[in-house]
Amino acid sequence: MNNKEILALLPYDEPFLFVDDLQEINNEGAKGSFHFKEQLDFYKGHFKDNPVTPGVILTECCAQIGLVCLGIYLIGDEDYDTSNILIGMSSSEMEFLQPVFPGEKVTVISKRIYYRFNKLKCEVKMYNEMNVIVCKGTLSGMLKGVKK
Amino acid sequence: MQEDEKYQKLKDIIQVYLPEDVSVSDIHPTSNFVTELNINSANLVDIVLDVEDAFNIRLENEDMDQMQTVEDALKIIDSKLS
Repeated sequence: MNNKEILALLPYDEPFLFVDDLQEINNEGAKGSFHFKEQLDFYKGHFKDNPVTPGVILTECCAQIGLVCLGIYLIGDEDYDTSNILIGMSSSEMEFLQPVFPGEKVTVISKRIYYRFNKLKCEVKMYNEMNVIVCKGTLSGMLKGVKK
Repeated sequence: MQEDEKYQKLKDIIQVYLPEDVSVSDIHPTSNFVTELNINSANLVDIVLDVEDAFNIRLENEDMDQMQTVEDALKIIDSKLS
Protein backbone atom coordinates (compact mmCIF):
# COMPACT_ATOMS: atom_id res chain seq x y z
CA MET A 1 0.00 0.00 0.00
CA ASN A 2 1.42 3.43 -0.88
CA ASN A 3 1.32 6.66 1.13
CA LYS A 4 -1.59 8.15 -0.81
CA GLU A 5 -3.75 5.07 -0.36
CA ILE A 6 -3.11 5.12 3.39
CA LEU A 7 -4.05 8.80 3.69
CA ALA A 8 -7.27 8.12 1.80
CA LEU A 9 -8.18 5.36 4.26
CA LEU A 10 -7.72 7.47 7.40
CA PRO A 11 -11.01 7.51 9.29
CA TYR A 12 -10.71 11.21 10.22
CA ASP A 13 -11.88 14.48 8.77
CA GLU A 14 -11.65 18.16 9.61
CA PRO A 15 -11.57 19.47 12.26
CA PHE A 16 -9.94 16.33 13.64
CA LEU A 17 -7.58 15.26 10.90
CA PHE A 18 -3.97 15.86 11.92
CA VAL A 19 -2.05 14.36 9.02
CA ASP A 20 -1.12 16.26 5.83
CA ASP A 21 1.58 14.09 4.39
CA LEU A 22 3.29 10.76 4.78
CA GLN A 23 6.93 10.70 3.77
CA GLU A 24 7.92 7.20 4.76
CA ILE A 25 6.12 4.04 5.75
CA ASN A 26 7.30 0.48 6.14
CA ASN A 27 6.89 -2.48 8.50
CA GLU A 28 9.04 -0.85 11.15
CA GLY A 29 7.63 2.66 11.28
CA ALA A 30 6.20 5.80 9.73
CA LYS A 31 7.15 9.41 9.13
CA GLY A 32 4.61 12.11 8.39
CA SER A 33 3.88 15.79 8.85
CA PHE A 34 1.15 18.23 9.76
CA HIS A 35 0.81 21.99 9.54
CA PHE A 36 -1.03 23.53 12.52
CA LYS A 37 -2.86 26.32 10.74
CA GLU A 38 -3.47 29.54 12.65
CA GLN A 39 -7.22 29.34 12.06
CA LEU A 40 -7.65 26.06 13.98
CA ASP A 41 -10.57 26.45 16.34
CA PHE A 42 -8.95 25.34 19.61
CA TYR A 43 -6.45 28.21 19.50
CA LYS A 44 -9.33 30.55 20.43
CA GLY A 45 -9.52 28.93 23.85
CA HIS A 46 -6.10 27.36 24.50
CA PHE A 47 -5.03 29.66 25.91
CA LYS A 48 -7.07 32.90 26.07
CA ASP A 49 -5.04 35.50 24.10
CA ASN A 50 -2.05 33.15 24.09
CA PRO A 51 -2.57 30.36 21.54
CA VAL A 52 -0.51 27.20 22.04
CA THR A 53 -1.27 23.74 20.63
CA PRO A 54 -2.76 21.57 23.40
CA GLY A 55 -0.78 18.49 24.44
CA VAL A 56 -3.74 16.24 23.72
CA ILE A 57 -3.77 17.51 20.14
CA LEU A 58 -0.02 16.85 19.79
CA THR A 59 -0.67 13.35 21.15
CA GLU A 60 -3.51 12.89 18.66
CA CYS A 61 -1.27 14.05 15.81
CA CYS A 62 1.41 11.55 16.90
CA ALA A 63 -1.23 8.82 17.11
CA GLN A 64 -2.77 9.53 13.70
CA ILE A 65 0.59 9.55 11.93
CA GLY A 66 2.58 7.13 14.06
CA LEU A 67 -0.02 4.61 15.10
CA VAL A 68 -2.99 4.74 12.73
CA CYS A 69 -1.16 5.25 9.41
CA LEU A 70 1.29 2.52 10.38
CA GLY A 71 -1.57 0.30 11.56
CA ILE A 72 -3.45 0.66 8.27
CA TYR A 73 -0.25 -0.20 6.42
CA LEU A 74 0.31 -3.31 8.56
CA ILE A 75 -3.32 -4.42 8.32
CA GLY A 76 -3.27 -3.90 4.55
CA ASP A 77 -0.33 -6.26 4.43
CA GLU A 78 -2.36 -8.99 6.11
CA ASP A 79 -5.09 -9.08 3.49
CA TYR A 80 -7.72 -7.34 5.57
CA ASP A 81 -10.44 -5.13 4.21
CA THR A 82 -8.80 -1.76 4.84
CA SER A 83 -11.98 0.24 4.26
CA ASN A 84 -13.42 -1.27 7.40
CA ILE A 85 -10.94 -0.90 10.26
CA LEU A 86 -11.83 -0.37 13.89
CA ILE A 87 -9.31 1.68 15.82
CA GLY A 88 -8.97 2.57 19.48
CA MET A 89 -6.11 4.12 21.40
CA SER A 90 -5.45 1.97 24.46
CA SER A 91 -2.63 3.82 26.20
CA SER A 92 -0.47 6.90 25.87
CA GLU A 93 2.52 8.06 27.79
CA MET A 94 3.87 11.35 26.50
CA GLU A 95 6.38 13.99 27.48
CA PHE A 96 6.02 17.52 26.14
CA LEU A 97 9.31 19.33 25.77
CA GLN A 98 8.64 22.43 23.65
CA PRO A 99 5.52 24.47 22.81
CA VAL A 100 4.02 24.28 19.31
CA PHE A 101 2.57 27.62 18.24
CA PRO A 102 -0.07 28.36 15.57
CA GLY A 103 1.40 28.15 12.07
CA GLU A 104 4.10 25.61 12.91
CA LYS A 105 4.69 22.51 10.85
CA VAL A 106 5.63 19.34 12.70
CA THR A 107 7.07 16.01 11.66
CA VAL A 108 6.23 12.79 13.49
CA ILE A 109 8.47 9.74 13.40
CA SER A 110 7.22 6.47 14.85
CA LYS A 111 9.01 3.20 15.45
CA ARG A 112 7.14 -0.02 15.98
CA ILE A 113 7.80 -1.69 19.34
CA TYR A 114 5.46 -4.57 18.55
CA TYR A 115 2.39 -5.42 16.53
CA ARG A 116 0.78 -8.58 17.81
CA PHE A 117 -2.75 -9.87 18.34
CA ASN A 118 -4.19 -6.64 16.84
CA LYS A 119 -2.29 -4.42 19.24
CA LEU A 120 0.23 -1.94 17.89
CA LYS A 121 2.65 -0.29 20.28
CA CYS A 122 4.98 2.44 19.02
CA GLU A 123 7.58 4.86 20.17
CA VAL A 124 6.77 8.31 18.73
CA LYS A 125 8.73 11.54 18.42
CA MET A 126 7.56 14.89 17.08
CA TYR A 127 9.96 17.51 15.70
CA ASN A 128 9.40 21.16 14.73
CA GLU A 129 10.79 22.87 11.63
CA MET A 130 14.06 23.58 13.41
CA ASN A 131 14.35 19.81 13.90
CA VAL A 132 14.00 20.26 17.67
CA ILE A 133 12.08 17.52 19.44
CA VAL A 134 8.79 18.90 20.83
CA CYS A 135 7.26 15.77 22.31
CA LYS A 136 7.93 12.05 22.59
CA GLY A 137 6.41 9.00 24.12
CA THR A 138 4.84 5.60 23.75
CA LEU A 139 1.41 5.01 22.26
CA SER A 140 -0.58 1.84 21.80
CA GLY A 141 -3.82 1.04 20.12
CA MET A 142 -6.02 -1.83 19.06
CA LEU A 143 -6.69 -2.27 15.37
CA LYS A 144 -9.31 -4.60 14.14
CA GLY A 145 -9.63 -5.44 10.50
CA VAL A 146 -12.31 -7.50 8.81
CA LYS A 147 -10.98 -10.32 6.63
CA LYS A 148 -11.55 -9.75 2.91
CA MET B 1 7.90 -26.79 36.65
CA GLN B 2 5.08 -27.83 39.00
CA GLU B 3 1.47 -26.96 38.13
CA ASP B 4 1.02 -24.74 41.18
CA GLU B 5 4.24 -22.96 40.37
CA LYS B 6 2.95 -22.21 36.86
CA TYR B 7 -0.36 -21.04 38.28
CA GLN B 8 1.39 -18.70 40.70
CA LYS B 9 3.62 -17.35 37.95
CA LEU B 10 0.57 -16.69 35.78
CA LYS B 11 -1.28 -15.02 38.66
CA ASP B 12 1.69 -12.71 39.23
CA ILE B 13 1.49 -11.62 35.61
CA ILE B 14 -2.31 -11.15 35.61
CA GLN B 15 -2.18 -9.14 38.82
CA VAL B 16 -0.33 -6.27 37.13
CA TYR B 17 -3.17 -5.73 34.67
CA LEU B 18 -6.16 -6.04 37.00
CA PRO B 19 -8.39 -2.96 37.12
CA GLU B 20 -8.77 -1.24 40.48
CA ASP B 21 -12.09 -2.90 41.30
CA VAL B 22 -10.71 -6.45 40.98
CA SER B 23 -8.30 -7.93 43.51
CA VAL B 24 -5.81 -10.79 43.32
CA SER B 25 -8.11 -12.93 45.47
CA ASP B 26 -10.69 -12.71 42.65
CA ILE B 27 -8.42 -14.72 40.37
CA HIS B 28 -9.54 -18.37 40.14
CA PRO B 29 -8.75 -21.03 37.56
CA THR B 30 -12.23 -20.63 36.07
CA SER B 31 -12.09 -16.82 35.94
CA ASN B 32 -12.84 -15.34 32.55
CA PHE B 33 -10.26 -12.65 31.74
CA VAL B 34 -12.68 -10.25 30.08
CA THR B 35 -16.04 -10.79 31.74
CA GLU B 36 -14.92 -11.62 35.30
CA LEU B 37 -11.52 -10.04 35.75
CA ASN B 38 -12.52 -6.98 33.66
CA ILE B 39 -9.30 -7.07 31.66
CA ASN B 40 -9.60 -5.23 28.34
CA SER B 41 -8.36 -6.60 25.04
CA ALA B 42 -5.28 -4.34 25.02
CA ASN B 43 -4.18 -5.56 28.44
CA LEU B 44 -4.94 -9.16 27.50
CA VAL B 45 -2.32 -8.80 24.77
CA ASP B 46 0.15 -7.53 27.40
CA ILE B 47 -0.60 -10.58 29.55
CA VAL B 48 0.08 -12.88 26.60
CA LEU B 49 3.36 -11.12 25.83
CA ASP B 50 4.43 -11.37 29.48
CA VAL B 51 3.46 -15.06 29.53
CA GLU B 52 5.61 -15.62 26.44
CA ASP B 53 8.60 -14.03 28.16
CA ALA B 54 8.05 -15.71 31.52
CA PHE B 55 7.64 -19.22 30.09
CA ASN B 56 9.84 -18.74 27.03
CA ILE B 57 7.09 -19.81 24.61
CA ARG B 58 5.32 -18.21 21.65
CA LEU B 59 1.57 -18.00 21.26
CA GLU B 60 -0.29 -17.80 17.94
CA ASN B 61 -3.53 -16.03 17.03
CA GLU B 62 -5.50 -19.27 17.52
CA ASP B 63 -4.14 -19.61 21.06
CA MET B 64 -5.24 -16.05 21.80
CA ASP B 65 -8.75 -16.82 20.53
CA GLN B 66 -8.98 -19.86 22.80
CA MET B 67 -7.66 -18.10 25.87
CA GLN B 68 -10.87 -17.15 27.64
CA THR B 69 -10.14 -18.22 31.22
CA VAL B 70 -7.12 -18.59 33.50
CA GLU B 71 -7.42 -22.39 33.06
CA ASP B 72 -7.34 -21.97 29.27
CA ALA B 73 -4.12 -20.01 29.62
CA LEU B 74 -2.57 -22.75 31.78
CA LYS B 75 -3.56 -25.40 29.23
CA ILE B 76 -2.00 -23.39 26.41
CA ILE B 77 1.18 -22.89 28.46
CA ASP B 78 1.31 -26.64 29.15
CA SER B 79 0.84 -27.55 25.50
CA LYS B 80 3.62 -25.15 24.45
CA LEU B 81 6.00 -26.43 27.11
CA SER B 82 5.48 -30.10 26.35
